[in-house]
Amino acid sequence: MLQIENICCERGDRRLFQGLSFAVGAGESMHVVGHNGSGKTTLLRALAGLLAPTEGTIRWREEDIRDLGEEYHQELAYLGHLNGNKGDLSVYENLRVAACLAGRMVTPEEVTAALRRIGLHDCEDLPARILSQGQQRRVALARLFLTKAALWVLDEPFVALDTAAVATLQHEIDEHLRRGGIIVLTAHHEVQLNTGAPRLLELGRH
Amino acid sequence: MWAAARIVLWRDVLLAVRRQSEVVTSLFFFILVVTLFPLGVGPDIEMLRIIAPGVVWVAALLASMLALNRMFSGDYVDGSLEQMVLAAQPLPVLVFSKILAHWLVSGLPLVVMAPVLGLQLGMDSDSLRVLVISLLIGTPVLSLIGAVGAALTLGLRGGGVLISLLVLPLYIPVLIFGAGAVEATQAGLGGDSHLYLLGAICVFSLLLGPWASSAALRIAME
Repeated sequence: MLQIENICCERGDRRLFQGLSFAVGAGESMHVVGHNGSGKTTLLRALAGLLAPTEGTIRWREEDIRDLGEEYHQELAYLGHLNGNKGDLSVYENLRVAACLAGRMVTPEEVTAALRRIGLHDCEDLPARILSQGQQRRVALARLFLTKAALWVLDEPFVALDTAAVATLQHEIDEHLRRGGIIVLTAHHEVQLNTGAPRLLELGRH
Repeated sequence: MWAAARIVLWRDVLLAVRRQSEVVTSLFFFILVVTLFPLGVGPDIEMLRIIAPGVVWVAALLASMLALNRMFSGDYVDGSLEQMVLAAQPLPVLVFSKILAHWLVSGLPLVVMAPVLGLQLGMDSDSLRVLVISLLIGTPVLSLIGAVGAALTLGLRGGGVLISLLVLPLYIPVLIFGAGAVEATQAGLGGDSHLYLLGAICVFSLLLGPWASSAALRIAME
């Protein structure tokens, strides 16, 4: 469903990678690895449509994502290095806004359920700024359960999470793949899935 | 789509309410700048009446500029702007909501406070009425043009000064017709024609502002 054809990305004057092609189908995952500065984040941002590759095309369901625009964003959930939580808003308010931007109106019960799934209890009404790094990351991850996105693009989703949360997230990734979802992620350690190890894509080997 | 537009408006107004200091700063700046003029120029009420429209308008211009930096920078730093660019809704609609919220918290208070300051400078009731109308049409333009500048300077070092250099020249027509409307009223000529032109500028920037800002935001994201 997601096809990357011959893309090339540059940051500044430096060419990070070129001639990169791969495809990820329904129920498949791709684990992007590479040393620091090899272009993992750039690749993921290009997949999300935040930056345009210098060359090549990215297709979703056979169509160029640049032509799809919002239609593509409806099916995409992107989690970058930044969590995107507003410190002055409560956890519930943050998630309500995020879900609405993804095109869904959610009830407080749905938000509570999503937070429980990622292991956060009784913090809906707390302002996001008083949460710890790991809790903030969990709030950002709870967004994934509130949208109905098929494609998850996760940049270092395990950062700041404790072992219990890592296990929970791996379980949720499994569930998403079983439902026919697609995941592209970066992580600095091995991702253990019941559905089999994700395919590896190594960047920065010249 | 309108649900998303509403929620962004609600979010930004809520954030402003929880951070009142930022709203109050630009309002007090406006009041202070206007108050400084009688102290500098002297208490000659005739003189003050003549310069009043220009003084109130220039002060409003500068006060609304103070808040421009914050329009997108907070969201840019914490990543929520990224999520907005990737939203399932058209970005210009969301940006329009943000601009509207910005005007409600930084432009509208100026409009409400202006008659009091105009009175202090000896303006009569007719000119005060035109002053309020001209600000009501003009301050949204300041927010709309300012949004383009804020989006273009997003993530740049020294963006605060750059934004003034970028945006102030574009404010000139608004200043000319806004202050001109009040001056024409004072001179007994009627400020209607100025207000119509100001209205035309408002409609024009309403059409272009959100789109231009969105395009600039997408570039800033890269």
